[in-house]
Amino acid sequence: MLTDDCLKTEFAGVVFKNPVVLASGTCGFGREYAEIFDIRQLGGISSKGLTLSPRSGNEGIRVWETASGIMNSVGLENPGVRGFMEKELGWINSLGIVNIVNLGGHSTEDYAEGAELLNGAELDILELNISCPNVKAGGMAFGVKTDLARDVVRRIRAVCKHKLMVKLSPNAEDITALARACEEEGADGISLVNTFLAMAIDIQKRAPVFQNTYAGLSGPAIKPIALRMVHQAAKAVRIPVMGIGGITTWRDAIEFIMAGASAVQIGTGNFIDPAVALDVIEGMKAYLGAQGVKNISEIRGCV
Amino acid sequence: MKTNKANETKGIPKTGTFKIISNERLSRDFFRMRVECPNDARMGQFYMLRAWERYPVLSRPISVFDSDGESVSFLYKTVGVGTEIFSGLEAEDGIFLLGPLGNAFPDARGKIALVGGGVGIAPFYLAAKQLRTAHPECRLDLYLGFSDRALLIDDYRKTADDVIVDVGGFITDAIDPAGYDYIFACGPEVMMRALYGKCGQAGAAGKVYVSMERRMACGVGTCLVCSCGTADGNKRICRDGPVFKGEAVFGQC
Repeated sequence: MLTDDCLKTEFAGVVFKNPVVLASGTCGFGREYAEIFDIRQLGGISSKGLTLSPRSGNEGIRVWETASGIMNSVGLENPGVRGFMEKELGWINSLGIVNIVNLGGHSTEDYAEGAELLNGAELDILELNISCPNVKAGGMAFGVKTDLARDVVRRIRAVCKHKLMVKLSPNAEDITALARACEEEGADGISLVNTFLAMAIDIQKRAPVFQNTYAGLSGPAIKPIALRMVHQAAKAVRIPVMGIGGITTWRDAIEFIMAGASAVQIGTGNFIDPAVALDVIEGMKAYLGAQGVKNISEIRGCV
Repeated sequence: MKTNKANETKGIPKTGTFKIISNERLSRDFFRMRVECPNDARMGQFYMLRAWERYPVLSRPISVFDSDGESVSFLYKTVGVGTEIFSGLEAEDGIFLLGPLGNAFPDARGKIALVGGGVGIAPFYLAAKQLRTAHPECRLDLYLGFSDRALLIDDYRKTADDVIVDVGGFITDAIDPAGYDYIFACGPEVMMRALYGKCGQAGAAGKVYVSMERRMACGVGTCLVCSCGTADGNKRICRDGPVFKGEAVFGQC
């Protein structure tokens, strides 16, 4: 008989009771889902993307459904690093799950100042978001060009005392080169992918649906591409990889693990069923049991 | 899909697949669905509904039309792929519900106007019933506006002192804000703005509460796609609303 330890995962020295994490921007700071299901059963959560100063986000339509996916243009609406530390941090740390704090920014200075502030916070992993497509300045630009990514990771690594995981964009010009640059600059891990830059047009108005013209595509539609990119990145680096992109079932999660991910994040899937992560955890456990696998690390990167 | 694993506490949203009792067509594009689902829904709250597995990706937010504690009813209009699927469901079919969600209209007494436009009439059936139960002496006037055909008027008449109906015009023309202690509105934003403006001119802006609508994804307050600017900063329509003071969302008259 299988123990719960079959899903126990170590990621950059941080121990997760299972490798299932709720993705940044889809779970707030965990409070709302905690009313609906027992979020203490999760491996961890990644906070809503924070910026140094509070942001009110983008105007206009923020979500648009598409075939097998959604596009969003929230634009990092968040209470700012200080607001987060005052109001949310203690709550997340009380949960007994891995606390990943996601940090965005508009300039290297922004990122660095945010990271320095967060040095004063108790957290497990800082997820550096260099891949948000929905903010005009900065954001994704750092995640497209390898050289820009290298500079910002170097700068943050120099100030950040926490474990550092860099969240990569699928819009990167060269995903393996970018992953390697993060490793070379001292990142403890990488997570990928963020959303794909995408578009919808309102044909009655003859105008883009989104005020920013482009928005981020997520959900099952992107899963096969995300899986390929995780596979490529995991082959390119030795640091652990957190796989993200359209995971809605335990089968999807197992695929990402086999592609080389040590853990996975669920994003859009939470909107399909708010407690989908628990099904993923149970399903993975049952699969490992049926396969006679003692710990999930045995199948990691087997493909 | 599963039932709620953690909380069975009153006031906490529940998830699960529930059995449809009836799903009747009321007009070309209006339907009323009743679902067997114990609930403590309050006037103005909503549920996220889905009757499919993975696609479409998002569940659909639908207002509570009625509740008797053991079942919940929804009045909905077919406007796209999700509501089209709902319209094809039959008694005994299952439907996945998450709710009740959102705040509710505030407790009100005295003379109360409930102003609904189109499918925005939905929350006012339960609202009239709950207000009447809480305050038997209150005066309830229902203003119902329709674009082409009036619906459910006989049902609404049973809940209110007076029902004023408009078809094809502007229901806001029919209301005299003076004399009301509370004015609740739900409908197209342009209708609610017009009503709020009219109330402002009558010195009654502070009496107006509106139920806002936006495209939603999570329905519970995590994703921020339904944020709405208010006098007190951004608010989540799904979580902090959908009901807001008119002054908070439409500003000073």
